Amino acid sequence: MASEEPLFDSSLKKRKKKQVAFSEDPLGADADPTMPAPAIIDNHTTDGDAVDMGPTTMHEQMKQNGTTEEGEGEPIEKKEEEEDFKGMFGDIKKKKKKKDIPMDLPEDNLGVSAPAPAATGDMDFSDLKKKKKSSKKKATLDMEAFEKELNDAKVKDVEDEEGGEDALAEIDEAELGDDPFVRTESAITLDSGTEPWLGSDRDYMYPELLQRFYAQLHASNPALLNVAGKRYTISPPQIMRDGNKKTVFANVSDICRRMHRQPEHVIQYMFAELGTTGSVDGSARLVIRGRFQQKQIEQVLRRYIAEYVTCKTCKSPDTLLTKENRIFFMSCESCGSRRSVNTIKTGFQAQVGKRSKNKTG
Amino acid sequence: MSVQNLNTFDPFADEGDPLASNADVGSQQNYIHVRIQQRNGRKTLTTLQGLPKEYDAKKLLKAFKKACHSERERLAWHEFACNGTLVEDEEAGQVIQLQGDQRLKISNFLVEEGIPRTTIKIHGF
Repeated sequence: MASEEPLFDSSLKKRKKKQVAFSEDPLGADADPTMPAPAIIDNHTTDGDAVDMGPTTMHEQMKQNGTTEEGEGEPIEKKEEEEDFKGMFGDIKKKKKKKDIPMDLPEDNLGVSAPAPAATGDMDFSDLKKKKKSSKKKATLDMEAFEKELNDAKVKDVEDEEGGEDALAEIDEAELGDDPFVRTESAITLDSGTEPWLGSDRDYMYPELLQRFYAQLHASNPALLNVAGKRYTISPPQIMRDGNKKTVFANVSDICRRMHRQPEHVIQYMFAELGTTGSVDGSARLVIRGRFQQKQIEQVLRRYIAEYVTCKTCKSPDTLLTKENRIFFMSCESCGSRRSVNTIKTGFQAQVGKRSKNKTG
Repeated sequence: MSVQNLNTFDPFADEGDPLASNADVGSQQNYIHVRIQQRNGRKTLTTLQGLPKEYDAKKLLKAFKKACHSERERLAWHEFACNGTLVEDEEAGQVIQLQGDQRLKISNFLVEEGIPRTTIKIHGF
């Protein structure tokens, strides 16, 4: 019964974390490794090749995940539900926290398999069904959350701005509800190596073994669960202050590469949105005039992704942006749709600062 | 020439670039843009651009500045507590400029006045 306590502990911790919602970013744990090697991405940006998010990259992911987040079992799914634009940027601090919890699981799994909740003999069939169902559900939920996010984008934009934090947090909680918690609990019990035959004298049956196999497989390869809903992650923008009036956005080029967009386009959009100017320095960092915080930049990037990266038809991020006589077209790699996107317009710029410094004014 | 119908109009004819003549492709003309600009320090400037013709920018500005008198008690956030001005821009036309970050208040105000939220676009961080 020793393994039972850590089990509940972890779930309880989870729940608490859930309710914090937005401020902690669910994605933290695997914000970095999900995307494959940069060399591949480079190819895609230049020539028009499909960005292969399918099974080929899965193996890469598995390899990567094996090192970074070994043994993250079901909890990762839970995180996926929240994954959408909000979750896109991992929070570095949370990353470490997150990692502690799932570590318990594999131990439970492989070590002493004390018959915890589902100890009785006949539970297995229903469990198996539940398992499959739950994974499917997760996939669909993932998509739902994603779509919902996209649909609400406009409404949220308004709230996002200022007191938006609260509103977002509320929405997050509403989305999560208590349903995910219920599901994850069942998932954990499935995962935790409670083989029904351990308590009794009888032989194990095929479905039981099958279930055991899947539980362990998913526990050791969390990446496999992502097959249905491909997750789109981007590392958080690294923002530094350069003196008093300038902000340095260090990993622009990295982020652009992940979005498969030209840095010029992204930078142009950011300047237009922020109503400021700036330049790119020698080490490909973006220097923005004005003081900006990480969350503000994040906000802008999210909007950029919503508008210029995700396909409006299928919500897939595998899109290419091409310019044809002055107009940008976004073509989707997964559904083949093609649509024009808004040109980036700076709009009216008010006179800020001394007039004498401004040549045009 | 037996099939006369086809002579008049060929639906599959190449029209060339249908968007070529239209300068407004992908333009954001129908939107009301609410932008923010940083001034020195913590100060900001909010600009409202693209107000539909049927609204009088001058009166709207006055309403912004004065806040909604009738509803003052009920809706405290209607008070903008700011000053503002009307700027003429050759591209954007009349632009309302307000001191401070009033984007949320502006959009709330406009929505309350019956402008659909989807036509209001808030920019900035």
